[in-house]
Amino acid sequence: MSEEVIKAEGLTKVFNKHLTAVDHVDFSVKQGEIFGFLGPNGAGKTTTINVLITILKPTEGKASVLGFDVAKQNGNVRNVIGVVPQEYTADEDLTGLENVLLCADMYGIPRRIAKERTEELLRLVELTDFKDKKVQIFSGGMRRRLELACGLINRPKVLFLDEPTLGLDVQTRAATWNYIRKLKKEYGMTLFMTTHYLEEADALCDRVAIIDHGKIVVVGSPEELKHGLGGDIITLGIKEDDDVSEFIRKVEHVKDVKRENGSYRIKAEYGEITAPFIIEALRKKGYTVTKLSLTEPTLNEVYLEYTGKSLRDAEESREAFAAQRMTMRRARQ
Amino acid sequence: MSELNGNSKSKLHGLWALTNRELKKWYKAPVIFLLSIIQPILWMGLLGKAMNIGALIPTNIPGVNPETVLKGTLGTSDYFSFMAVGMISFTALFTTMFSGMSVVWDRRLGFLNKALSTPVSRAVIIFSKVLSATLRSMFQAGLIILIAVAFGLQFGVGFSPLYVLGVFAIMFLICVGLSSIFIAITIRSTRIETPMAVVNLINLPLMFASNAFFPTKFMPDWLQTIAKVNPLTYTTDAVRQLLIFSTDWTQLALDFTYVGMFAIVAATIGIVLSWRYLSK
Repeated sequence: MSEEVIKAEGLTKVFNKHLTAVDHVDFSVKQGEIFGFLGPNGAGKTTTINVLITILKPTEGKASVLGFDVAKQNGNVRNVIGVVPQEYTADEDLTGLENVLLCADMYGIPRRIAKERTEELLRLVELTDFKDKKVQIFSGGMRRRLELACGLINRPKVLFLDEPTLGLDVQTRAATWNYIRKLKKEYGMTLFMTTHYLEEADALCDRVAIIDHGKIVVVGSPEELKHGLGGDIITLGIKEDDDVSEFIRKVEHVKDVKRENGSYRIKAEYGEITAPFIIEALRKKGYTVTKLSLTEPTLNEVYLEYTGKSLRDAEESREAFAAQRMTMRRARQ
Repeated sequence: MSELNGNSKSKLHGLWALTNRELKKWYKAPVIFLLSIIQPILWMGLLGKAMNIGALIPTNIPGVNPETVLKGTLGTSDYFSFMAVGMISFTALFTTMFSGMSVVWDRRLGFLNKALSTPVSRAVIIFSKVLSATLRSMFQAGLIILIAVAFGLQFGVGFSPLYVLGVFAIMFLICVGLSSIFIAITIRSTRIETPMAVVNLINLPLMFASNAFFPTKFMPDWLQTIAKVNPLTYTTDAVRQLLIFSTDWTQLALDFTYVGMFAIVAATIGIVLSWRYLSK
């Protein structure tokens, strides 16, 4: 098997001949990594995932999962992937156990094996105590875990997660992250996920692709991306009124200095090491530093840098909005 | 993982699981199940007993025997029996019409997309909807016969309990045909209102432009033309031939052929259209 589990080349999806949701996208996902698609709503994340999981056919370009072409060998792809959709798809009128068994049946897994796996998976997602309860009484976190169990029933080699923590509260989100990390660590699974939460991409993903208006603007590990911005931001103020920009600029690793309303905004690599040097340099010249703060860049700054805007809610289709609203509502039950 | 190679499964895997999922919503929900039993009782009581057409014919006119008049127009002397059988077609129409709704719900809740990402065949996804509506209607048809018998249904001359199997057969055909069409109509809609509007628009006209509650021969010509192509007319006639008329086998064969053709054509069109839509 090749190192590249998912590969997309010039992947394009056009709806109704004029709405380009995904625009000539290239990327590859390596064996055993968590790869994140980060972007605002309507950027093309879900469309990309739907092409990869064979629900939509690409208009142009191609993509493969474990060497199988998603358009021509979709049957093979479906057998080896697991999908955890954005929505809560479990049937509310059925019990947790019945839902997982239904998923097993859709993969054609023989009943005996299906039962063993269902027990095992319900244990994994800690729903064993609720397996005979109807899903309508499940909380958002429980539903999300049940979706996870369904997505794992065919022991997939690649798992696709579409907005895995949409609408969940902070604790439940952290718990979901732990399950995802566990899958990577214990099962060596390759995971492809979409998210519009920056901190989620930062916490989970080995590599992130930032997508905006259907195009990938940058790919890299969160560390690389943040580092690529040119370092940390140091803000400092001094007692005196003189302009000391020139002295600061001479300190090693300082890349840029701006004076704003009497304080200085300094862009510097290795901020936590550089800051003491700046203080030292200023003190030697007889200046007194009165305040100092250090900000490490987050993916938000990365996002801002590449798309020129903060993660915002783009306009989206009525259907997508309704579906998302429903998901959020059920998550908060 | 490798134990799951594609060859070990039949093309139809998942059909029963998906069908049963639909049926469970019905038979595991006591209220819905009970309502689906009460509904035909209400309708039969209201339409069959309240609107006793036989009572409209005066009995004091010499030479007019209400029984003979009814026999000549309805084919049976008892309007209740005539109507109760019409209820069976009515149930087929109503149950299958709502099969389209569950497709819309599956789309909105994302279940459809999930199913599409599994190796289950597209045709199976659609056919499970068809099959669940069909099985429900067949069960209700059996129930209506039992209730109608309790209310005094008069069986035709030469009736044998085996004929009930014929009723199930014709119900199977008409329901497969009707629900395939309704699913093809609704599969594209993303909102629940659209199929509701479609259902409301066509169900009553389709029902009354058939012989379910009234014999077609007294309808105006234009209505007769519609009734003549309406598969519900043939379904109702088949059920009447089997249950309350002295069976005319040629007519029954014609009914079965017509409804059978309708089922094949409708199911083919419905499944092909839905399939193409699902693999866009």
